[in-house]
Amino acid sequence: MQATRTRLTPIAISRPVAPPRSLWRDALRHLLRNHSAQIGLFILSVLLLVAIFAPVIATHDPIEFRDPNNLRRTPPCIHLLGCPQNQPEHIFGLDSNGRDLFSRVVYATRVSLFIGVATITFAIVVGTLLGAVSGYLGGWVDNIIMRFMDVLLAFPSLLLAIALVAVLRQLILAGLSPLLPALFAIGIVAIPVYARIVRSSVLSIKEQDYVLADRAIGVPESRILFHTVLPNALTPLIVQGTLGIATAILDAAALGFLGLGQPPPYPEWGRMLSDERSSVVNAPYLLIFPGAAIAITVLAFNLLGDGLRDALDPRLNRQV
Amino acid sequence: MIRFLTRRIISIIPVLAGIIFVTFVIVRSIPGDPCVAMLGEKANQRTCEAFRERYGLNDNVVVQFVRYAGNLVGGDLGSSIRLGRPVGDILLERLPMTLELSVGAMLFAVLVGVPLGIISAYRHRSIIDAATMVGANVGVSIPIFWLGLMLAAFFGVVLRDTPFYLPTGSRLTPGVSIPPLLQTWHLQNLEGLPRAVITFVSNMVTVNALLTGRFNVLGDALKHLILPSVALGTIPLSIIARLTRSSLLEVMGNDYIRTARAKGLGERMVLFRHAMRNALLPLVTVIGLQFGSLLGGAVLTETVFDLPGVGKFLVESIFARDYPVVQGFTLVIALIFILVNFIVDVSYAYLDPRIRLN
Repeated sequence: MQATRTRLTPIAISRPVAPPRSLWRDALRHLLRNHSAQIGLFILSVLLLVAIFAPVIATHDPIEFRDPNNLRRTPPCIHLLGCPQNQPEHIFGLDSNGRDLFSRVVYATRVSLFIGVATITFAIVVGTLLGAVSGYLGGWVDNIIMRFMDVLLAFPSLLLAIALVAVLRQLILAGLSPLLPALFAIGIVAIPVYARIVRSSVLSIKEQDYVLADRAIGVPESRILFHTVLPNALTPLIVQGTLGIATAILDAAALGFLGLGQPPPYPEWGRMLSDERSSVVNAPYLLIFPGAAIAITVLAFNLLGDGLRDALDPRLNRQV
Repeated sequence: MIRFLTRRIISIIPVLAGIIFVTFVIVRSIPGDPCVAMLGEKANQRTCEAFRERYGLNDNVVVQFVRYAGNLVGGDLGSSIRLGRPVGDILLERLPMTLELSVGAMLFAVLVGVPLGIISAYRHRSIIDAATMVGANVGVSIPIFWLGLMLAAFFGVVLRDTPFYLPTGSRLTPGVSIPPLLQTWHLQNLEGLPRAVITFVSNMVTVNALLTGRFNVLGDALKHLILPSVALGTIPLSIIARLTRSSLLEVMGNDYIRTARAKGLGERMVLFRHAMRNALLPLVTVIGLQFGSLLGGAVLTETVFDLPGVGKFLVESIFARDYPVVQGFTLVIALIFILVNFIVDVSYAYLDPRIRLN
């Protein structure tokens, strides 16, 4: 073994052939060259670091800390930027409860990223299952599943999510974690998109010659599904999934804003906005930071999703 | 075309049945006793029994569903438990506001988004193009309610004493009001559907003011609609601008465009007469889809700007477990959604014969 390798190496080097590139490596190369993907990935990396190292980055405890002098709604004060040394430093200021807004915004990154990824993972798994079954079996099973998806799509997604939270929050779920109802509601609402993608992908491919060939030589159906059919649906799933996370985070913030998400005192951006609504006249800075945090996070996922679409879709003219 | 229409209408029926069923199931599974929620302190064995009897909550669920579906066919949405008024009447009061808001947002999105998209495509890779695309990316990422709050802070508070001040809440300035059309037109004796239609139209303050020539009220109502419409319309605006641009760019690469240019037509002529017609087709679909999601976003906008539309009332009703209201409202919103999609499909088939024939 060792001998063979040493003997082959010089030949390989002497050949002026470009190394073989897999489709995925090709896609990754295109992705890393794409400007929106670059920006999106950069912002996301920063956000991920903020979420992981929240205890290190936050200057105060996001829940327990109260200003000792009972100050409230103070504007941002950063000593480096010329804020007088005798004032306590609060990067985004103090909120209406005398808590450090910066620390709360930092900690809330965790909740939002988690909601976005968890709900869409759930939706993709369930949607893939439903779509695959639907496309594979066809007939009345297909009809029932897809009509049900149509019904789900017939409601504006945010509205359906609100109604679902109302139902779910009173069931057992709420006892386990107060965030679960919102998670499930956002996840369920997102299912139809992925079910449709997988179903159409299954339909377009299940009669292809190479699938028929697999079947003819006796490859088990489940193996055909997972090794031949589903990989074909991967590209649109990845693109839609990334864009879906953006929507999920926006919906989660909206639910939080309406008081249906993460309950207080845990920091959540949408909830922070509704709590500080009345400060809009006297202390608008309390509203700027949590909202900007939502917008930046959503923007990052949108940019990455657009970049992924450009990189993964070979039909697109990359010049445009 | 007639065959297409029939097929399309028939395909709506199962979805419709599904929606009626789903709203019923969702609403019934909101746990908790509506009696306790409504009567509060006064809830006890005896009052609750009477309460349930009155609203038919004692019957078998299947019986309740059949009765509900039967009433629906007759156009009866039931009565609100909280207000004791027919759900239909409440809708006649509140839906017009939401409709005005959604139309306002859509107008804003189309009137600004389409030209922006055209300019970006026309000046492809220019600064305007880049700026529009960056703006569009940011636009789809901003939470509606945050944008609403920021707009309210800026135009309502910062610019308070300038001519650019814009009202940030409610529908009309206090003191300004408009009589219902039934009264203006002396039609108080009207009954049934015509009465409902006129009440509905009358509750769209802008339309009412326009019809009766009260231009000061019209101006006031429009002023109150500006900020909510901008907040609600920003996401569709961004999507429309992007789509117009990419769709135009795609069409501009076609052979027939080259032919048109080769004939010596001016660039403007090529753009507006040849490219636009095909490029705007996908827009029809997106405008329809966006209109649907506007109804969801209206909940947030109405909450931020304190507008008396369906969205805000619906959320309140969910918390109060007011079954009939939640049922009726979701149903009607889903219906509007389906109707808009239907119109989109039909207009699409009308514009593009290939769809009809498939």
